This record gives sequence, C-alpha cells and structure tokens, in this order.
Amino acid sequence: MQIEDLNAIAEKHIASRKKIIVRTCMSAGCMSSRADAIKANLEKAVIEQQLDADVEVRRVGCMGFCGQGPLVGIDGVKEKEILFEHIKPEDAEAIIASLKGMQTNLEIGDPDHPFFAKQTKIVRANGGIIDPEKIEDYIAVGGYEALHNALTEMQPAQVVDEVTKSGLRGRGGAGFPTGLKWGTVAKSPGAKKYIICNGDEGDPGAFMDRSVLESDPHLVLEGMAIAAYAVGSDQGFLYVRAEYPLAISRLQIAIKQAKALGLLGSGIFETPFNFNVDIRIGAGAFVCGEETALMMSVEGKRGTPRPRPPFPAESGLFGCPTLINNVESFANITAIIKKGGDWYAGIGTEKSKGTKVFALTGKIKNTGLIEVPMGIPLRQIVMEMGGGAPDGRQVKSVQTGGPSGGCIPAEFLDTPVDYESLMKLGSIMGSGGMVVMDDTTNMVEIAKFYMEFCKDESCGKCIPCRAGTTQMENLLNKIIARQATRRDLAKLEELCDMVKNTSLCGLGQTAPNPVLSTLKYFRNEYEELLQPDTFGPGVTAMK
Amino acid sequence: MERLKIATVWLGGCAGCHMSFLDLDEFLIDIADKIEVVFSPIADVKEYPEGVDVCLIEGAVCNADNLELIHKIRARTKVLVSFGDCAVTANVPAMRNQFGLANSESVLQRAYIENAQYNPVIPKADGIVPALLENVQPVHEVVHVEFFLPGCPPPADRIKALMIQVLAGQTPKLEGVQLKFG
Amino acid sequence: MSARTLTVDGKQISAEKGASVLQAATEAGIKIPTLCHLEGVYDVGACRLCLVEVKGVNKLLPACTTRVAEGMEVSTNSERLNKYRRMTLELLFAERNHVCAVCVANGHCELQTLAYSLGMDHVRYDYIFPKWDVDNTHRLFGMDHNRCILCTRCVRSCWHIEGAGTKNVAGRGTKSKIITDLNQPWGDSESCTECGKCVMSCPTGALFKKGSAVGESVRDRDKLEFIVNAREKKQWNA
Repeated sequence: MQIEDLNAIAEKHIASRKKIIVRTCMSAGCMSSRADAIKANLEKAVIEQQLDADVEVRRVGCMGFCGQGPLVGIDGVKEKEILFEHIKPEDAEAIIASLKGMQTNLEIGDPDHPFFAKQTKIVRANGGIIDPEKIEDYIAVGGYEALHNALTEMQPAQVVDEVTKSGLRGRGGAGFPTGLKWGTVAKSPGAKKYIICNGDEGDPGAFMDRSVLESDPHLVLEGMAIAAYAVGSDQGFLYVRAEYPLAISRLQIAIKQAKALGLLGSGIFETPFNFNVDIRIGAGAFVCGEETALMMSVEGKRGTPRPRPPFPAESGLFGCPTLINNVESFANITAIIKKGGDWYAGIGTEKSKGTKVFALTGKIKNTGLIEVPMGIPLRQIVMEMGGGAPDGRQVKSVQTGGPSGGCIPAEFLDTPVDYESLMKLGSIMGSGGMVVMDDTTNMVEIAKFYMEFCKDESCGKCIPCRAGTTQMENLLNKIIARQATRRDLAKLEELCDMVKNTSLCGLGQTAPNPVLSTLKYFRNEYEELLQPDTFGPGVTAMK
Repeated sequence: MERLKIATVWLGGCAGCHMSFLDLDEFLIDIADKIEVVFSPIADVKEYPEGVDVCLIEGAVCNADNLELIHKIRARTKVLVSFGDCAVTANVPAMRNQFGLANSESVLQRAYIENAQYNPVIPKADGIVPALLENVQPVHEVVHVEFFLPGCPPPADRIKALMIQVLAGQTPKLEGVQLKFG
Repeated sequence: MSARTLTVDGKQISAEKGASVLQAATEAGIKIPTLCHLEGVYDVGACRLCLVEVKGVNKLLPACTTRVAEGMEVSTNSERLNKYRRMTLELLFAERNHVCAVCVANGHCELQTLAYSLGMDHVRYDYIFPKWDVDNTHRLFGMDHNRCILCTRCVRSCWHIEGAGTKNVAGRGTKSKIITDLNQPWGDSESCTECGKCVMSCPTGALFKKGSAVGESVRDRDKLEFIVNAREKKQWNA
C-alpha cells in the first residue's frame, strides 16, 4: 500500500457514489428503535420506486440528535441535508417518495437548529456521514492520510511535538497533557511498548466513546497507529466493554479491513513500521476504566488497580512502557497531524484546547451527543443547544463527570466549560457525561444514586473505598429516611474526607465528589431531612 | 467530701463484667468511702435514681426493657461508661443480627422450639417478658456514651485504672492494651 | 549497592536504593502500622494503614509500595494520619463480624492489636452484620469469612510462595470473598497442597488450624519469611 493506492481507493469509491444518498443512523440508540428495519425498508422502497440508479441507502453512525431518533438524513436533493426524525420502518416508502417531490407529513428536523449549529466537529466529523463498516468510506474522506504523513514525512519525535503543541489533554476525564504522556512513553527505555485505547466508558449517562467507536472505528485505529509510531510501539490493545457489542463488531470489521489493505500489520505504507491491534473485551467492571485495573484485565488477571507510581508510561502492561489514552483522545490525533498542532491549539481556551464531546441527557428537551469547543458557556449547551428543561420546569443543576464529578447549580450556568473552571466549582470535566436535572430533583437522592453506584463498582481491594462507600451509602439512606441527625451528617462529611484522601485509585478518591458538591450547593436539602438529636446530654459536649 | 454516686447496670450480657468488677477485691474496700452505689444488680434498688454521677453499663441493648432503661439512665446520669465488649460492640448478643430481619423470631424458634426437649413453646407474657428488639445494638448507637471500657470481660486492673482516674476527677483515658477487645 | 538518605519523622536515616519507605523506616526502628503487608510476599498497597505524608507530594503515599528517594522527607505519625488509620480500622470492624471474645485469634490477632495500639476504643459506624459462612470442609484448616479483612495475604502466599494458586478473590466491593479454586469448598480443592502457608499469613482469625486451642493459634509468620529468604537470597539461617 502506497499513497497512490490509497488515493485510487478514494477516487474509485467517490466515483461509484450515486446522486442522492439516504443516510440511516445505525448506532446503538437508533438500532434499538429498529433502524435495521428502516434501512431494509428504505432499500426496498428505492427498488420498488425504481430510483436505484440515482439513490443509495447508506448505513451511517451516530448523527448526534439521539432524542429525535431514529434519524434519516438525505443529501443531494437540497443544498442542505434533509433530516427526518422519529422515523418508523413503515415511513420508508414515504421518505423515498418525497425524493420525487411527494409531500409527506413526517417530522422534518431543522439542520440550522442550535443543537447542530453550535457544534464544532473534529472527533465526530464523520459520525452520521460515513459507513462505519466500509473502510473505503473512511478513506474517501481522507482517512489514513494522516498516518501516511506521519510515517513518511515526520520523525516520531515530531509527531510527539505536534501533539504537545496542540495542547490536547486526556479526554478520559483527568485532563493530563497528552503530548507529555506520549513523550514520557517515547523516552522510556524498553524494546517492547504497548498502546492501549481505553474504551471502558462506564459513567452513568455517558455514551460518547460508544458513539465514536460505532460511527468511526478507523479514526480511533488510525490515531492509535500514529501514537504507536510516535512512541515506538508495535502492539495495541483496544479495551472495550462487553456492553458495547455493536462497537466491538464494528471494530472487528475495521481491523480486518485495515489489515487486508495493509494499513495495519507489518511494513505499513512500505515503511519499517509494524502495528497490530487486538480487541480486549471488558467483563463489566466499572473499575476497569481505571488504567492500572484495565491493564490487569488485559493481562488476564482480576481487574483491580495498583498503586502508582510506577506509572504505565514507565511500567505498564506486562511491565513494559505503555501509552494508555481514552477513545476520544485518540480520535483527535488524525486532525492534529493533518492540520497541525497550532491549528488545534487555536480552538478552545488558554489551558483547555480543542473540542469536547458531551452526552447531553437527563431533564432536557434535546438529548444527544454534541461536540463543542472548549470554553463554551455551560448555558449555551444546556439552554440553547439542549433547549432547557422540558414541561416548563427550571434547570436546577447539571451533573458532569459521572460518579467522579459533581453537580453544578444553575446559578453557575455561565461558567465556561473547561478543565479548570469545572474543577473550581467542585466538579470535573470527566469523560463527557452531562446530566441535566430540573427543579423536581432531590439532590440527596442524586448523591445517594452515585454513592450506590460507587459502592457496587468498588473492586474491594482497598478498605476506604470498599467499606467507606458502604458506610456513606448507609448514612445517605438514613438521611433520606429522615432517621439521621447532625451527628450522622458530620460522620458523612468526615468519611468523605477520609475516603477521598486514602483510597487507592481514582474510583475511591472521587467517590465522595457527588456528596461533597451537593453538600456545597444544596446543603439545605440535607438539613431539611435531619431529625433533632435526642441522643442525650453528652451531645452538646461532643460538638 | 460528698461521695460519688455510682450506678452499674446489666443489660443484654452474661454478668461477666460485673464478676470482673467484684474481682476488684480489696480495692472495693479502699473506695467504699468515696463512692456510693446507688443502683446495681448487686444492690436492692428497684428504680434508677436521679442525679447519678457515673454509670457503668454492662451489656448490649437487646430488648424493650433495655431500651427503656438506657434512655432513663441517660436522662438521669452525668457520665455513661460502656462497660465491656457487649456494651461497646454489641459482641455475642448481636450475633443474631446476622440472621436478617426476622432474627429475633428465628433465635426464639431455635431456642424454645427446635432445641426444646419438653414442652416446646415460646414464652410470652406481656408486661413481664420484654420483647426482643429487631436488632441488638451497642449502647453508643442508642444514646451518647462518654467513655469506653472494652474487654470481655474488662480485667479488674482495667476497671481499677478507670475508677482511679474517675475518682481523681480526671477525664479517664485508657491506652494501649488496656483497650483490647475480647 | 547505593544508599539513599532520607528523613523519617525528623530522623535522618539511610536505606538501600530500591527499598520501600516501610523497609527503611522499619530498619531505623520507626514503626508504621500495616495490615496487608507481609514479609516474604510482594506488597499491594491495599489496606491504606501505612499511608504516610511525603513533603512536596500532595497525596498520601503507601509506605509499602513507595520507594525511597534522596532527600525525601517522610512523616508517619501526624494527627491526620492517625485519624485516618483509626477510621480505617473502624470501617473494618463494622464491615464483617469481628467478635473478638469468641474468635480463634483472640490475643494473636493483628487487627485486634492494631485497634488498641491506635486507641480505637469503640466503632462509630453502624455495624453491618452481614451473613457469612464458615468453610470447615478442609480436613486440617478452616476459613471463617466473618473475620476476613480481604488483605489477600493468603492469596499472595498461596500463589507466590507455595505456587499452588488455590486461593483467590471473587466478587466485588464489600461482597468480595476469598475462594478456593473455582469457588469450591476448600475440602474439595485439588490444587491445595495443605502446606498451611495461608493460615500462617492470616492476620486475623479468618484462617485457622483445626483442633488447636485459642491460646495455641500463634502464627508462624517468620517461617514464611525464612522460606523466601532461603530460596531467593540463599540465607539459611533465620
């Protein structure tokens, strides 16, 4: 495979395209509403209405506006795409008939809706456009060019420099500078190094990585290959949770296709660079999203974290230097290589560069996936793109960062969404879950929900996380049942501090965050549930 | 000098802690003029009096009587001392808690029906046999307790160490092996 | 061999490069509380009792898995650390059914000893009182899950000293459980060599020898260390 061959594939594929393309979203969300039947019916209707010379029906990945799904988009009829929403399999005939000018009373979406208009797409640029199961589609939009450029025109150190220049920070949630991590792995001595892509997305309400893997698997593979070249690795592992079967099957197809074309394997682009990717399927433990636990799991051991240092960059998988990045981090790489680190650094804020994908869910009108530039005010996301709370209710709070994050009250909606600003509010960027709550939500219940989640997902290795989350959940239950006193609340706060500071890994260290942030902003909701202390005269002495 | 009003009570426990208290032997004589035992299983007093200075509580809170008494004690006593492991940790009496929600029923069933050789019947006499609580609790989960004297039973020297500090008007503080459970 | 100089609780000490802070402190006579640490097997940093403060590091670090570094300033005994340690012990006592009075390890238990040495006179958290079984199916040994603190010392000595790989951990969170083979009764285990190293390494009364009185249940932990030193460092004198 050389660049000419790649271009030839792209040209041939573009030439074979028909005038009108009917794109059917076949990501997990729309699939659950029978998108496969919709696509089959659309194909049937095209033939029945004798339009097959001009019309092709294409399977595509996530279009983003999940709350309005199943979605069907049509290109080549009007200047802008036509977007059909809430489609059922029996609507297929009418959609195809509309191509001939027939009127339909199907729901048609507005492509200029702020939900779409305010997005800046880098990671999700191909989502909803290309067929995730056809490598030719990916190549036709410039796929694997970045890998070629890196391999033939750049030294590994230049690749690292470009990533460093871009200012990209880890999209898994912690926000560690990606370039710095790559540089450390590149410098770590060792003949064998590994690349791991963390696709164990497990936060409640998060489905960003799932969508990227289902919609554009090659983008992630290419990003991993570039990373491997930069740090000197020849083996990658893609760790995907078993709950994402569609993502797994599309990745398997993608790896097979890339191997067949020589874009993965030995001597890629006729250079000495070799790179293979294997998929490892997680068995359903949230803690395996923690990097050291994930590596244990890849090694075939019980998925429990181990203390760091040593960091994976020095001693990771099988004791070798390992680069481990999140799906979204890898998905940013090709754009950075193609357009340059400076271009990427031009998007976002001073310390948070580029874009971030969020899964906007909860009590909000427009549910779905959005990709926005860093630094966008939270209000624009929630009120303009999301349309605010439904049923005339008020937005009360926005939860970011899942069980490791916190609840940001509505009064801080003007906060720019970047790593530092969210941290200052007691929440975190996290991997991109954004759950909106309206004024009917009880914040103590929310805190309890996340605590229960952490208790269930604690691996059981370290005592503070294992036994501490159990006690904190008990105390929250006691408060909710109106059986707790001030002393119990004090105990809860003391445990939050202890579990945060003494737990072994990020799961335990951040488990108290939902309690701490709701206590910070909604303390009155806790206090309203407290009972007077009838414990005895010693009570006053205790305080 | 006015004598310190001391009470000792026996909730759900084996009386071992009180036996250990009696093991204080001649120390009891030494302190006899400094304390007045106003309520105790070894003194014939029916009603827990008002204005008690220190109460040593043996046993866990197991039944309705224990619960009523402990609240009365708290209201009428300045300083409560959890005396022995049953009071401090609920210990052996709380082992029934492991049997789940209906544990009080199942222990009675086991004791009075399954293991009975003659006349298997669960004793019931309202107002005489107190009902078992749903769960056995250590004393400090029910009322505030000032000091803890662990041990099963606490050896006499440990009780003595605490008593000396109390009588000297100090805040009792036990350390190291003096705090050993079991 | 190169040495590193560090300060522990204000005392200047030196230690071999690659030594853990725990080793260095222990050799200098400074005692750091531990539960999951066991001489002879590798450390996992799970119990969090040996957490220490290191100047310039904003997180608490486990002394057992942190390597010494030149000029390191370690504090092992602050008010905050002792508070966390006491809370850790309280959480353990509340988690399962540790009834010292009727435990086979009474008087020889590291959990019990740590509790009184760290001044734990009562547990402020509600006791959970979970229901756990006792596996008495093995002819020589028993396993009482009520007393288990999940330190995994038995698992590590079974895998890494004996090499049998009989013991393991199943389940998650507070429902985690030490199992034999594929969660079979211990008596049915075909991989167990009956070496008893797990019993020697247990800090509490979770693993015990059958037929010995409470007073006799002293653990021969030195034997484990001796075996490892003999094998790895060829030191035959204990």
